[in-house]
Amino acid sequence: MFGSGVLKGMAVTLKEFFNTYVDDLKRIPSRYAGGREEIDQSDSVAQSGLFTIQYPEEHRKLPERFRYIPILIYDAETGEDRCTACGICAKVCPPQCIWIVRDKDEKGKPITRPAEFFIDTSICMNCGLCAEYCPFDAIKMDHDFEIAAYTRMPQFIFDLKELRVPTTYYARIRPTDWAEEEAARAAKEAEKAAKAERPAAAAGTGEVGTEARAEASPRPQRTPEEIERLKAEAAARRAAKAAEDAKAE
Amino acid sequence: MSLTTDASTLSTATEATHPFNDVVPGAVLEVTKNGLIVEGEKLLELALYLRDQQGYDYLSMVTSVDWPDFLEVVYYLYGVAKPKEGLELKVRLADKANPQVPSVVSAWPGADLQEREVYDMMGIRFTGHPNLRRILLWDGFEGYPLRKDYKESYFEEGSKPFKSRHPEGQHLWAEDRVPWRDNVTYPVGWDPDLWTQPEVQYRRIMAIDSPSESGGSAGSPASAEISTERVLVNMGPQHPSTHGVFRMVVAVEGENVVGLEPEIGYLHRCHEKIGERNTYIMNIPFTDRLDYISSMSNNLGYVLAVEKLMGLAVPERAEYIRVIMVEFTRIISHLFAIGFLFNDLGAYFTPALYGLRERELILDLFEAAAGSRMMCNYMRFGGVFADLPGGWVERARELVWNRLPRAVEEFENLLTGNEIFLMRTQGVGVLTAQEAIAYSMAGPMLRASGVPYDVRRAEPYSIYDRLEFDVISRPEGDVWARFIVRMREIGESIRILKQALDQLPEGPIMPPGKKQYQVRVPAGEAYSRIEGPKGELGFYVVSDGKPNPYRYHVRAPTFINLTSLEKMCVGHKIADSVVILGAIDIVLGEVDR
Repeated sequence: MFGSGVLKGMAVTLKEFFNTYVDDLKRIPSRYAGGREEIDQSDSVAQSGLFTIQYPEEHRKLPERFRYIPILIYDAETGEDRCTACGICAKVCPPQCIWIVRDKDEKGKPITRPAEFFIDTSICMNCGLCAEYCPFDAIKMDHDFEIAAYTRMPQFIFDLKELRVPTTYYARIRPTDWAEEEAARAAKEAEKAAKAERPAAAAGTGEVGTEARAEASPRPQRTPEEIERLKAEAAARRAAKAAEDAKAE
Repeated sequence: MSLTTDASTLSTATEATHPFNDVVPGAVLEVTKNGLIVEGEKLLELALYLRDQQGYDYLSMVTSVDWPDFLEVVYYLYGVAKPKEGLELKVRLADKANPQVPSVVSAWPGADLQEREVYDMMGIRFTGHPNLRRILLWDGFEGYPLRKDYKESYFEEGSKPFKSRHPEGQHLWAEDRVPWRDNVTYPVGWDPDLWTQPEVQYRRIMAIDSPSESGGSAGSPASAEISTERVLVNMGPQHPSTHGVFRMVVAVEGENVVGLEPEIGYLHRCHEKIGERNTYIMNIPFTDRLDYISSMSNNLGYVLAVEKLMGLAVPERAEYIRVIMVEFTRIISHLFAIGFLFNDLGAYFTPALYGLRERELILDLFEAAAGSRMMCNYMRFGGVFADLPGGWVERARELVWNRLPRAVEEFENLLTGNEIFLMRTQGVGVLTAQEAIAYSMAGPMLRASGVPYDVRRAEPYSIYDRLEFDVISRPEGDVWARFIVRMREIGESIRILKQALDQLPEGPIMPPGKKQYQVRVPAGEAYSRIEGPKGELGFYVVSDGKPNPYRYHVRAPTFINLTSLEKMCVGHKIADSVVILGAIDIVLGEVDR
């Protein structure tokens, strides 16, 4: 019948329409009542009906790896910057939005500390390469994306003061990464301490290195035979299907 | 009848014994590792021979390289019927001041826009090209940006990283530092105040040179009674149906389209020049910005090209993760394409938003794994940025096994049988198989014209040779077929995802060794193509051993798919041109680059 397809489509939209209300009724009292709320959507695969979040009132819970402009981390206890002004972040930055000036001591000799650190956030493309390649875990990506300002300059050029955050903040926004890094650091410290205790065992460090490497890679991988088997299985299935199709025709 | 020369004969032949030289004497000058260096004068003759006798009927890519001593035009040929074997042709032009090469548009119409791009960017004139004028830049632009001696606005240094950033960083805005200093060189005797932009007359589509044609062509039945006149209509650049800033210059008689020219370049940022300034790794986040709907695919295409140059092996888990990400991307892109095709038809935003809803769930997964929803920047040379976080696979499985199949079913109910949709799309914008191949169409556009050609099957990359899927194609070649192909391909992607998620192995995600931000790429060149959601996405990378690529070219599928827009639209009503454009599924970030 002409028009049945249109009616079928209308039935779908009607169902969606009612679903929205059903979903909304489930949320009585209103989910906006509590002010700025964080909504965790990690179970949203099962979500139907109302799908949107009323943004300024409600907030989506950000996944841990969410990245926005970079931050510089300092030790919450000692107040010392982790950054050593090595400049790798400035070198790897695709839009080249990082400027660093290395600090100098009284004699004018450069020391491993930034005197100035600027990030032009209006150019920053939030790619996260600086955080990925920082050897000191000093530069990380932030979660705070609400940095709108009225003028372009100088608000969007963040200096050292604006970029610095304590380790406690970092531990809060990225607990998994934090735990992993701390564990790695503790292991390194322990290794160092052990080495200091037994200076004669310096020759043994090479062995330790290989052991660590061996530990990192021996997780099970598919063997070439298995790969070939998978390929062959797919080809056989394809051939069987082609034969079946040919028969059907 | 098999006239095609055996591949082994070709690979062992030298320039003296090359079989092509028997047919077209003096055509092959040199045989290199990747392909043939060809005499420019004989190019067209050789092209016709290769197309008709050797089965290289599909011109994949035309680009050019500016070498110190000569300019090089590069052609990549494939055959739809002869998968895997590509052929690279190169023409070397020693005369940099006035480089000329015969146009191959008569052999492959798909070269039309690509040759215009080469002319625009490199200044190589294609003799015999029907409409050789600037395409990405405006008419009257001075200079050729991809030449090595060209300096762009706010030029700072030839290559990144810039020396000024560390350790004595300069905290200054680029605008303050070099306000039009190094880059503006006026030609001798040229006064900017007296200059006016040359007017583009669209002589061809307005039939200015052949006045007998204009005003009531025999094609339109109405013209017998009503005297009509050719009128030029600009659709865009600000127009809701153009999916971005795109201008269709349409010549109409009454409501009938009699000629059409796409005008692009509004979003042009010279991605390829930026790519040459960047180091290799810096280009990965830039590829996200090409086709911003499917950034994972762009990442994969680029890293595959560089890995090909580096000879890098990818750990298996990383291969699987890549395929999972790319197939999710295909679903996103097709949902987008279908949704916005209906927008163009007037089903305003209902199908589009149903599609966007499912897309959000996939983007949540991307965000959890890569940190960003659209600008994923997830792939790295040799692997991926980070392993999948805890709970990711379970969410993906729920999506693939339950949610997405339901969504596809809902889409089917909502759209496929809709009579209004069928009336608007069936028989509209038809391309036959021969035309689609000749116009270098790619992806769903090609497969909807009855050519079951898919790079995943024809030249399997990554782990596609061990995954099971069907290459969907439809014989109709109209807008409806393109819709159906996309719908069915979502189903095939779900099928691939199920296998990949089931087989996902444990293991490392990067090759052993320290993560390098400065990769060492040996000198050479590589062309790597993948089946992106919108078609064959190719990356052509030339390295000279330095930290920055010497040449970096993107074969953008939707840019080349636009070549056939006029062919599809002429003869239809102007309202249909909107639908035909919607079915190409252009993304201007990629078209304009």
